Amino acid sequence: MHKIESKNLDFFYGTQHALKNINLAIEENTVTALIGPSGCGKSTFLRLFNRMNDLIANTKLTGEILIDNKDIYAKGVNVDALRKQTGMVFQKPNPFPKSIFENVAYGLKVNGISDSKIIEERVETSIKQVALWDEVKDKLKKSAFELSGGQQQRLCIARALAIQPSIILMDEPTSALDPISTSKIEELIFELKSKYTIVIVTHNMQQAARVSDSTAFFYLGELVEYSATKELFTNPKVERTQNYITGRFG
Amino acid sequence: MTHLEHEMQQLKAEILDMSQLVSQQMKDSLLSLAKMDKQLAIETLAAEKQVNAMELKIDRTCEGIFALYNPVAQDLRLVLAQLRINYNLEKIGDIAASVAKFVKKSFLFDYSSLIENTHALQMFEEANDLLVDVMTSFETEDAELAKNILKRDKALNQQNDQARAYIIDQIKKDPENVEEYLKVLSLVRKLERAGDQSKAIAKEIIFFVEAKIVKDSKQD
Repeated sequence: MHKIESKNLDFFYGTQHALKNINLAIEENTVTALIGPSGCGKSTFLRLFNRMNDLIANTKLTGEILIDNKDIYAKGVNVDALRKQTGMVFQKPNPFPKSIFENVAYGLKVNGISDSKIIEERVETSIKQVALWDEVKDKLKKSAFELSGGQQQRLCIARALAIQPSIILMDEPTSALDPISTSKIEELIFELKSKYTIVIVTHNMQQAARVSDSTAFFYLGELVEYSATKELFTNPKVERTQNYITGRFG
Repeated sequence: MTHLEHEMQQLKAEILDMSQLVSQQMKDSLLSLAKMDKQLAIETLAAEKQVNAMELKIDRTCEGIFALYNPVAQDLRLVLAQLRINYNLEKIGDIAASVAKFVKKSFLFDYSSLIENTHALQMFEEANDLLVDVMTSFETEDAELAKNILKRDKALNQQNDQARAYIIDQIKKDPENVEEYLKVLSLVRKLERAGDQSKAIAKEIIFFVEAKIVKDSKQD
């Protein structure tokens, strides 16, 4: 069974046909990279997995998106529960104006967990999972804004992990970070994939190559090619993919 | 651990597996020559397919690392070195297989005194020792041990020269069997070339550890 699957999926912003008949299946505990030039639909596609696009007016979706074989756009789906299952990390680190501890504890509290022992344990585990514990353990009560950009991004990943999702969506998670912080996040992605299914949108093709098991290349709302990353970067089947990854595009 | 570190570890493990396979091929081939054991020669030849498949696999791993991880500095040198070491190991495997083919095809003529007087078995042992030691220097990234291999290869060259002189002498004395003598001459040269391949591996190790390119001197 696939963890995520899109079937005959079309998506529109008003009259603009943003995604065209996308059929794609993602295996559990893998990293899938979505690549393509700006406006190709890769971020739109990512945001369909936690129904973020619901917040945009005048959009329309046809076809299906299945998570654990259930259509997440079916009537009666609990969107809050869906978003608990799918943690998301954005381009710019976006910690809350709270302490480091509270940033990670926040999701737990709004989800009704009040036992302070459980919260403390979960916060510590999540921060350790993102390899940030040693750097922040002595200043958990300090503001999250005191951390560097790279640390803030790892904190945001810890915040996503605390609510124990099974899927992590990453929308260009390192584009605002320096090379060392980027490398730490990439290392983290490698560590996390044994427990989570990760989908990452990236403009950096080398990053897609380095971190993912499968890569999907989008162009003008179409899924041009989807295959094992090694295959796509050594022997792409479609000329457009070859032109894009070798920088000869257009 | 980064993705690249993980891939590099895997590549190194594949190269070490390949070297063990080739070294076993050398030992079996040596034994088949020492006993002129056709059955063992046939079994040794069967391993050749495995070595060839492994060479292809390692080639693909290296290609993947270049394409996906853009290695730089020592990582880059290490992948380049392993790509070439892979080729050298496969060539040593070819030599072991060609000795096994010689044993398999030998009929009627008694090669025993010729093999003894050319010291072919000792050359064979030395060639395999060089392989084992050079792969130890690869595993431990010991450039000093690799430099020592470069010196030791000269002994094999000398043995080859002596064997050649002996065979030329024999051909003059017994021209009727010139074809058989030439087969042994060819075999001895291959053993000397197995040493050359280990020497080439040693140079790759010096290249990736010290970033130095070792060129042959004219004397070599």
